[in-house]
Amino acid sequence: MRETLKKIFLPLIVMVIMIQAWSMTGKYISGFPTPSDTYIYAFGGTTSMGDELKGVLTDPFYVVNKDDKGLFWQLLESLKRVFGGFALAIIVGVPVGLMVGMSKNIQYALNPFIQILKPVSPLAWLPLLLFAFKDINTTALATIFITSIWPIIINTALGVKSVSEDYLNVAKVLRFNPIEKVFQIILPVAVPYIFTGMRLSLGIAWLVIVAAEMLTGGIGIGFWIWNEYNSLNYHNIIIGIFIVGMVGFLLDILMGKIADYFDYRKKM
Amino acid sequence: MSNDKFLQLENIYKTFPLPNGKEYKAVVDVNLNIKKNEIVSIIGHSGCGKSTLLNMIAGLDSQTQGHIILNNKEITGPGPERAVVFQNHSLLPWLTVYQNIEMAVKKVMPQLTSQELRQRVEHFVSMVNLDHAKDKFPGGISGGMKQRVGIARALSIKPDVLLMDEPFGALDSLTRANLQEHLMRIQQSVQNTVIIITHDIDEAVLLSDRVIMMTNGPEATIGEILEVNLPRPRDRVALQSDPEYIRCREAILDFLYKKFAKDDE
Repeated sequence: MRETLKKIFLPLIVMVIMIQAWSMTGKYISGFPTPSDTYIYAFGGTTSMGDELKGVLTDPFYVVNKDDKGLFWQLLESLKRVFGGFALAIIVGVPVGLMVGMSKNIQYALNPFIQILKPVSPLAWLPLLLFAFKDINTTALATIFITSIWPIIINTALGVKSVSEDYLNVAKVLRFNPIEKVFQIILPVAVPYIFTGMRLSLGIAWLVIVAAEMLTGGIGIGFWIWNEYNSLNYHNIIIGIFIVGMVGFLLDILMGKIADYFDYRKKM
Repeated sequence: MSNDKFLQLENIYKTFPLPNGKEYKAVVDVNLNIKKNEIVSIIGHSGCGKSTLLNMIAGLDSQTQGHIILNNKEITGPGPERAVVFQNHSLLPWLTVYQNIEMAVKKVMPQLTSQELRQRVEHFVSMVNLDHAKDKFPGGISGGMKQRVGIARALSIKPDVLLMDEPFGALDSLTRANLQEHLMRIQQSVQNTVIIITHDIDEAVLLSDRVIMMTNGPEATIGEILEVNLPRPRDRVALQSDPEYIRCREAILDFLYKKFAKDDE
């Protein structure tokens, strides 16, 4: 009970400090969005400049035309791209990771390229992929795929390597064929590792999408933030940052729950 | 086929390459015949190659030289006819007690109907008195129970030889005694050829028909073979004053601590 209170109360203190610091920033940078005005941009009301606003969060579902849609639709479009690229990364990454983990030769062959391609920023891929696909959606998907696949490959391989020799001996005595070995021994051990990789990967995908959409334009939360910048609605940028953070946090919780569900160690 | 040569070890050598290019001769010139339904213990100090020997019989390790022949067939790799009870039980932690045994039976006896499969698995769960724990995961049961599951799993696939690698080594002495009783009781009902690796003298005498004593490594080999002429079923308490039991114990003690005493490293 005491702990629960602390968990609620302590973040509240930090929040007050943060809002205070934010207010002070406005004093040094002229025109910097203040906390109270940002609240009004989000939920509606009259700003300190005397503008009457509806607030972007009061009606996130509005649709004026295909280029002017509410925040919900922007988010939905981003999430679709994220999960598309993420699914592709899983479909390719898990089998590749299994192979890297099971075969020393494949590991030796692929490891240098994994290590070199892993740290490449999505922003470096974007121009090339945009040139190659000439389509915003495909480019976003491909960028997410190519930047989020690495943690899946690496963690899957790590999971395979963590299979204890004892379990493999059981498989040998029972004369499991390679497929039985993968499905009955290796995957159950590797699944928690695979999910760790997927969790990291989804985090990366969500980071990438904002940057990718800023460059590709059209629709999506990243595009929305950039568009608000171009429209001089700086308050909305802060709202956008807050939303991106919240959604990323929720995605991480969701992945964590799914990972726990498939982790045999959590069932005992 | 003569039942006296059910399992033959002929001229077995095992050498390991060393990083400096030389070889470590772990086991040399091992010759042994094991009868059908015989229970044999292999005893020796640590590093005498007894586990290596068992792994070669299991096919998990291969000998550098020599032949291992089971039932007139040369052993070339692991197989379910040589079931292994591993020291650390090696149960799959994501499967329940029941599922661990079921997995083995399903693989080795794919011809069973689902009802026969269930009956067989339940029979072996009962054999080690684990009916109450059959739906538990290995993480939720004691070390002794885990090892009982290991034994049940090994027996459930109807092996020609049961290989036990220090099966009770990781257990406390009371649990160990309890498991030895289980093993003897099971052995009375299902006659099996059993090879037990152990470093426990009482365990070796209590369980075995013959005790194989290994000399110290490197170049370990069979030093002496002791026949244990005690009737079965054996009672551990009554045996304590049995002259034959005392003779066997003393013979092993003498071998391990006088002839082949080993200093602690």
